[in-house]
Amino acid sequence: MSTHASTAQPSYLVDTGARKGLMAWLTSTDHKRVGLLYLYSMVSFFFVGAGIGLVMRLVQLTTFQKLISAQTYNALFTLHGVIMIFLFVVPGLPAVFGNFFLPILIGAKDVAFPRLNLASWYFYMAGAILAILALFTGGGAPDTGWTFYAPFSLKTGTNISLAVFAAFILGFSSMLTAINFITTIHRLRAPGMTWFRMPLMSWALYSTAWIQLLATPILAITLVLVILERFFGIGIFDPAKGGDPLLYQHLFWIYSHPAVYIMILPAMGAISEIIPTFARRTIFGYKAIAFSSMSIAGVGSLVWAHHMFTSGLSGLALMTFSLLTMIVAVPSAIKVFNWVSTLYKGSIDFQPPLFFALSFIFLFCIGGLTGVMQGALAINVHIHDTYFIVGHFHYVMFGGTGFAFFAALLYWFPKMFGKMYSKKAIYASWYPMFIGFNMLYFGMLILGMMGMPRRYYVHLPQYHSLHVVATVGSWLLVLGLLIFFGTLLYAIFKGPKAEDNPWGGVTLEWTIPSPPPLENFEEIPIVTHGPYHFEPQEGK
Amino acid sequence: MTEHVHRDDFGSRLGMWLFLVTEMVLFGGLFIGYSYMRYRYPAEFHHAGGELNATLGIINTLVLLTSSLTVVLAIVAVQRSEKKRAMALLGSTLALGLVFLVIKSFEWAAKFHHGLYPNSPHLATLPPGEQVFYGLYFTMTGLHGLHVIAGLSLLGVMLWWVATDRIRQDRYIHLENSGLYWHLVDVIWIFLLPLFYLAA
Repeated sequence: MSTHASTAQPSYLVDTGARKGLMAWLTSTDHKRVGLLYLYSMVSFFFVGAGIGLVMRLVQLTTFQKLISAQTYNALFTLHGVIMIFLFVVPGLPAVFGNFFLPILIGAKDVAFPRLNLASWYFYMAGAILAILALFTGGGAPDTGWTFYAPFSLKTGTNISLAVFAAFILGFSSMLTAINFITTIHRLRAPGMTWFRMPLMSWALYSTAWIQLLATPILAITLVLVILERFFGIGIFDPAKGGDPLLYQHLFWIYSHPAVYIMILPAMGAISEIIPTFARRTIFGYKAIAFSSMSIAGVGSLVWAHHMFTSGLSGLALMTFSLLTMIVAVPSAIKVFNWVSTLYKGSIDFQPPLFFALSFIFLFCIGGLTGVMQGALAINVHIHDTYFIVGHFHYVMFGGTGFAFFAALLYWFPKMFGKMYSKKAIYASWYPMFIGFNMLYFGMLILGMMGMPRRYYVHLPQYHSLHVVATVGSWLLVLGLLIFFGTLLYAIFKGPKAEDNPWGGVTLEWTIPSPPPLENFEEIPIVTHGPYHFEPQEGK
Repeated sequence: MTEHVHRDDFGSRLGMWLFLVTEMVLFGGLFIGYSYMRYRYPAEFHHAGGELNATLGIINTLVLLTSSLTVVLAIVAVQRSEKKRAMALLGSTLALGLVFLVIKSFEWAAKFHHGLYPNSPHLATLPPGEQVFYGLYFTMTGLHGLHVIAGLSLLGVMLWWVATDRIRQDRYIHLENSGLYWHLVDVIWIFLLPLFYLAA
C-alpha cells in the first residue's frame, strides 16, 4: 500500500475543538492523545522510581547510611516497588502503545469506549496521587514492601490503608482499559481484518486484557480486605480471630503472578511487530505466537503458589505448582524461537528499534531461564527471598518489559510525533544502559547465590565488593536512561520531520501520515492479507 | 474535539458483560476465602449459620428476585413505548431494593444488639471459626449491600432518563445494561443466601 498525505484531516496534535492547549489534552477522548497522556505521566513516574532505586544502591555503599535510616530504606523499597509495578510496568505498554496503536493496527477510528478510556487515565492519575499522598500523611510512608504481606501490613503503624486504596484505584483503571480493548478488538476490526490477519501486538493486547479482567478484581478484593481489617478488625487474615495470613498470600499472588504476564505479554507483542519489519519478511510461526500469548495467559494464571514455596504448603501442592511453573516457560520459549527464526535469512536492516529488540531477547532469556531455576523446588528453597529473585525479576521486568518499552518507543516514535530522533545518540545511550544493567542485576544474581537476603539495610563484608559493582552499574544505567530520554525529548522539539514510513513497515499504522490524522484513516481500510506481507525481494 | 457519532449497542452490552465478569471475580475472591474457612471450620460454620435469621434471608431473596423481574418488565415496556408503565415498574424496582436494604439493616442491627460486630468483645469469646464466619458474613453481605446501593442509584438515573425521554423505544441500551447489573446483584445474593443463612 502506498502512503498518501492527508489533506482533509489535521494531525491529532493540532487542537481543533473549542479548547486549546493543556485543557484540550485533558478533555480529549482521542485514543492517541490519551496514549500520550499515559506516556508522559508514566515516564515521569519511571524516573521517580529509578531515582529511588539509585538511592537504595547508594545505601548499600554504606557510607550513605548516615543520611538514610533503616526505616526510610524500608519505605524506599516499598515505594520503588509500588511506583514501578503499579504506575509503570503494569499499565506500561498497553496504556501507551495499546491506546495509541491498537485502533490503528486493526483499522479503527478509536477504541470502543473513548470516554471510558479518558476516565481510566483519570483513575490512573488519582491512584498515583493517592499513592504519593500516602507517603506524607497518616503514620508515615508504607514499609511493607510492594506485596503488603499480612500480618505485617495489618499491624504496622504506617499509612498502609491509603497506599492499598491507591493500588485499588489503579486496578480499576487497569480493568477499564481491558474492557475497552477486548470490546474494541471484537467490534471494531476493519473489513477483512480477520482474527488471524491481526498484527501480533493486537493478539498480545487481547490476551493481556483478559488477564487484567480476570485477575485484577482478586487484587481489588484482597486490598479491600486489608483495609477492612485495619479499620474494623474483621479477622479474615488474623490467626487470633480464626483467620489465616496465608490466605492473603494466596489471594495476592492469584492476581500478582498473572500480573507479571500483564507486564510482559504486550512487550512480547511489540517485539513481534518490530522483528518482521526489520527482517523484511513475514513473522515465523504467526499462529504459534498468537496462541502462545493465549496459553501464557491461561497457564500463567495457575502458577501463583511458586511465590510461596517456603510458606509450608503441602508436598503435592508444591510439586504441582513447580511443574506448572516450568510448563509456562514453554510458550515463552516458543516466542523466542520464532523471533530468532524470523531473523534467519531475513534481509536485516539494522536500526535502533531492532537493536533494543535484540537486547530484549538477550535479557529476557536470562530472566526467563533464572525463572525456571527458581521453579525447581530444591533450588528455590536455597535462593528464596535473596537478591537472586531481585535480579531475576529485574531481568524480566526491566530487561524484558523495560527494554521492549524502549524498543517500542523507538519504533513508533516517528509515527507518534512525526519527528525523527538522532540514531547516533540512541546507540550511544545503549552502551552505558546495557553494560550498567548487567553489572547491576547480574551482580544481584551472584549476590543471591552467595546468600545475600533481599530488602536488607546492611550486608556482611563478604558481599561488599559485588554491592560496589552493582552500585556503579546503577550509575551507568541511569546515565544511559538520561541520554535515551534526553535524545527523544530533544527530537520532539528539534528533531527533523519523520517520513510516513521510516522503517519500511507494512502494518496499517505505516500507511497513514506521521503524525496520524485526527480520525486515523481517510477511509476505513479494507484488509486483504496477513499483517506482515512484504513484497518479494531478490535473493529470497 | 468532534465527538464521534458512533453507536454500537452490541459493543456496549459486551462491555457491560465484561464488567460483570470483573464483579463476579471480585466476589470470587471472597468465595475462595469462604470455601477455605468453611473447609477448616465446618462445625463452627454450621452453628453460626443457625444464628442467622433464615426467614428474613428468604424474604429478602424473594424481594430481590421480584425486583429483577420488574426491571425486565420495564425494559419490555420501554420497547413498547409504554412510558408510564416503564416508570411505574422501575419505581417498584427501586422500592423493592429499598425494602431489601431496610430488612438487611434490621438484621445487622439485631446482630450488633447482641454484641456481634467485627472486633467486638463478645465476638472474641466465641470460637475462632465463628469469628471468621461473622467476619465473612459482614464483609460479603456488606459488599453486596454496597452493590445494591450502586444498582439502585443507577436505576434511579434510568428512571429519570425514561421520564425525560433520554431512554425511549429506539434507544434503551443504558437501561438494558443497568438491568444486567441489577441481575448480577441478584445472582450474587442467590449464592450468599445458602452459604450463610442455610449453612445450618
